[in-house]
Amino acid sequence: MWAYLVRRTGEALLILLGISLVTFVLLYLVPADPARQIAGRSATVETVANIRAQLGLDQPFHIQYVRYLGNLLQGDLGRSYLQRSEVAELIAARMPATLLLMAAAIVVELILGLTIGIVAALKRNTAVDQSLMVFSFVTISAPQFVVGILLLYVFAVRLHWFPIGGYGSFAHLVLPAITIGLLGTGWYSRMMRSSMIDVLAQDYVRTARAKGLGRLRIILRHVVPNAVLPIIAMIGIDIGLFMSGIVVVESVFGWPGIGQLAWQAIQRVDIPIIMGVTLVSACFIVLGNLVADLIAPLVDPRIKLK
Amino acid sequence: MTMKLMTSALAIGVALGLTSGAASAQDFTEAKQGGSMIVTYKDDVSTLDPAIGYDWQNWSMIKSLFDGLMDYEPGTTILKKDLAEDYTISDDGMTFTFKLRPGVKFHNGRELTAEDVKYSLDRVTNPETQSPGAGFFGSIEGYDAMASGEATSLSGVTVIDPYTVEIKLSRPDATFLHVMAINFSSIVPKEEVEKWGLDFGKHPVGSGAFKLSDWTLGQSLTFERNKDYWHTGVPKLDQITFEIGLEPIVALLRLQQGEADIPGDGIPPAKFLEVTADPAYKDLVIEGGQLHTGYITMNVLMPPFDNLKVRQAVNMAINKDRAVRIINGRAVPANQPLPPTMPGYAKDYEGYAFDPEAAKALLAEAGFPDGFETELYVYNTDPNPRLAQSFQQDLAAIGIKAEIRSLAQANVIAAGGEPDQAPMIWSGGMAWIADFPDPSNFYGPILGCDGAVQGGWNWSWYCNKDLDAAAVEADAMTDPAKAGEREQKWRDIFLKIMDDAPWVPVFNEQRFTMRSEKLGGPDAIFVDPVHVPVNYDYVYSNDVQ
Repeated sequence: MWAYLVRRTGEALLILLGISLVTFVLLYLVPADPARQIAGRSATVETVANIRAQLGLDQPFHIQYVRYLGNLLQGDLGRSYLQRSEVAELIAARMPATLLLMAAAIVVELILGLTIGIVAALKRNTAVDQSLMVFSFVTISAPQFVVGILLLYVFAVRLHWFPIGGYGSFAHLVLPAITIGLLGTGWYSRMMRSSMIDVLAQDYVRTARAKGLGRLRIILRHVVPNAVLPIIAMIGIDIGLFMSGIVVVESVFGWPGIGQLAWQAIQRVDIPIIMGVTLVSACFIVLGNLVADLIAPLVDPRIKLK
Repeated sequence: MTMKLMTSALAIGVALGLTSGAASAQDFTEAKQGGSMIVTYKDDVSTLDPAIGYDWQNWSMIKSLFDGLMDYEPGTTILKKDLAEDYTISDDGMTFTFKLRPGVKFHNGRELTAEDVKYSLDRVTNPETQSPGAGFFGSIEGYDAMASGEATSLSGVTVIDPYTVEIKLSRPDATFLHVMAINFSSIVPKEEVEKWGLDFGKHPVGSGAFKLSDWTLGQSLTFERNKDYWHTGVPKLDQITFEIGLEPIVALLRLQQGEADIPGDGIPPAKFLEVTADPAYKDLVIEGGQLHTGYITMNVLMPPFDNLKVRQAVNMAINKDRAVRIINGRAVPANQPLPPTMPGYAKDYEGYAFDPEAAKALLAEAGFPDGFETELYVYNTDPNPRLAQSFQQDLAAIGIKAEIRSLAQANVIAAGGEPDQAPMIWSGGMAWIADFPDPSNFYGPILGCDGAVQGGWNWSWYCNKDLDAAAVEADAMTDPAKAGEREQKWRDIFLKIMDDAPWVPVFNEQRFTMRSEKLGGPDAIFVDPVHVPVNYDYVYSNDVQ
C-alpha cells in the first residue's frame, strides 16, 4: 500500500512537471508580447524592452522555464502581469468558492443521478424508463452555457426563486451547482441503471426475495449498496470534468471561483495566472484520480493495488 | 492659456450637447448626500494604482480615489484646477508653477504637499514602476534620464515650498495641462506606496472623493465617502459597491429586477434594441459622444498597400452605413481620423464617398483589374467578426479577396506591431479612444513615425516626416492667442493623412449607459467623456432627496 502510494505520488509529480512544461511551451509560443501589454499603447520601444528585461522575458526559453520551476518549488506562482498581484493569492482567494461549487455539484449529481438510475432500473423498459433515459441523454449533451442561461432565465428571472447570479448564500449556490451537476447526473443515472439491472439479477437478490424480505428492504439494503460501488470510484474522475465545466459555469453565474479567474486571464493573455490555474487544476485532477484508485479496492475487493 | 483651453473645450462641450449637463449640474449642488449604488462588472478590477491602471473599468474608479493637479468639469472636457489652487505659465511656455490647495488630506490623514507631487511624478516615470503612462511625461525636463535609468528623480520638477511645485519642460507642450489631469498624474503618498510595495494597487490610498473600504478579490469592492474631502458637498453617495463577475446580460437582468444600479459593461449588444425600444427602460438609457474612432489600417509597407491608389480604392469600397447598422446604430460614420467631438475635426471635409464602381476603376488603374488576395485581422469578440465579414463583402465587390483572421486581442495587437504581418486590421475592440481631448493624442502613437516601430501601435506603418515636423510645431504653440492656428495646423495634418489614405476611418462609436431610477444627476455625468464610464463622484441617490 505504502509502496503503491509512493510510486503514484512520484508519477503524479512527473505528470505535473509534464503539464507545466507543455503549458509553458504553449504560452511561450502564443504570439502576444506581455511586455508590450504591460507597457501600454503610449510606451516607447525602450520602455517595452526595459519591462521585458525586468520580467526576464528576454531570457532564452529554458532559463525562463527553469526559473519558473525554481519559484514554483518555493510556492511562488509569480505575479499577474496585468493585476500585479500574487497569483497564489488570487487563486487562494477564489479556491473556496470553486470547492464549494464542486462539492455541491457532486451532491446534485449523486442525488439526481442515483435516483433517476434506480427508478429507471426498477421501471425498466417502461415509458418512465425511456423518458428518464432521454432526459439523461439531454443533460449529457446540452452545452453547460445554454443550460446555465436557461436555468437562470426560468428560475431566477421568471419565477424569482433564486438570485440572478452572484455568491454568498445557499440560494446563490443552487443553480450553478445544478448546471454543473446535471452533466454528471446523465452519466450516473445511466451507470446506476445498468449497475442496478446487473445486481437485480444476482443470486443473492433472488435469495433475499425467497427469504420473504420486503421489496423496499431488498432494494435499499441489498441492491443499491452493491450497485452504487462502481459510481463512488467515478467521483474522483469527475473532478477533471468539473474543472472544464467551471470555467463556463462560473462565468455565467458570476461565481467567483478559479474558473472565472482562468477565463478572464485567457482573454487578457495573463500568462502567470493561466499557468497557475492550469497547474492547480491539474493537481486536483491528479489527486482526484489517485483518490479514485485508492477507493477502488475498498469498493471491490477483487481489485488489488500493485 | 487657461482661456484658450476653456474656449476650445467649451466648443467640445457644445458639440457633445453638454451645455444642458452643465445647467443640470446646478441641481446637483443642491442634492443631499447619502444613499448608495451598486455597479456591476464582468471582469476583475485589475489594479487601482493610478500609475498602472489603464483600462476603462478602473479609469473612473481611480479618478474617484485619487486627485491630480488638474481635472475636468464634470461631464465635460473643460479643464479645471483640482489640487492646484492656481498655476502660472512662463512666457516661453516652458515652466509651469503650481500652487497647491492647503489642507488637502490623504485618506490616511496626512496632509498632501508639494513633496508628494514630486514623488508621484518621479514614481510614474521611473522604469521600475512599469507604468503604461510614463510616455505622457516625455516633455518634462529630465524625463530621458529617468527612462534610461540614469536618474531616479526628474530634474525638471522642483519643490519650491510645501505648497508650491515648479515643473520645467524640455520642449514647449501645449497639452501639458491635460497631461496633469490624466490618472497617471494622480498624487500618491510615499509612505503608503512603500508600505504596500507592488500591492499598492490593491490598497490604494489617495486624496479623492471616495476611499476603498473593502476589496474581496473576485467578488466586490466597496468605496466609502471620504468625509474629509476638500471639495465640500462632493461626493453625493455614501457608498458604492462594485459587484464583479457578472456577465453583461445578467447585469442587465439584475438592473431590471432592481438589484443593481449601473451595468458597468454597458447594455449587451444583443439586448440593445429591445431595451431602447422598451418604454419602461428607454428613459434610463443615456447616450453620449466619446473620443473614439474605429478604423481599418492598411500596412503601407506591404504590397499592394504600398500603392496609394489601392488604399484610396479600399477607402471608397467600404460601406460605412452598413457597418453602423450592424452595431444597431450605436455609432456615426467617420470620414477622417479625428472624432467629431475633438478640436481640429474638419466639419466640411467630405472624405472618400462610398462608390464601389469608382473603387474598382481605381484598382484597375493601380494595376489590379482582377483584384488581389489579402488578410484582414480582427479581434474575435462580437460584433467585430461580423463587421469584418461586412468589410470582406465590400472588398469582394471590387475584386479583393480578404481572408479574415479572427484572433485574441493580444495576438492582433502583436501582429499589428510587426512590419510584415498584418496587411489589414479592423481596430474594433482595440480602437483608439483619446486619453485627453487634444488632437495630438490621436497622432503620435497611431499615425506618427514614433508609433511605426516594432511593437508600436501604428499598424498602418505610415510615417510621414513632414507631418511629424508639423505635429511638433503645432504642439509647441503654447501661446493662447495662437489656439485657433494650432487647431488649424492639426486639421491640416489629419487631412493630409487622408490624402495618403493609410486608414479607412469607419465610424465613431457613441456611448450608452443605463442607470436605475434610483439614481439622479445630470445625464452628462453618466456618459462623462473623461470619467469613463461614469463620473461616480457626482451621482446622487433619489432615495435621500
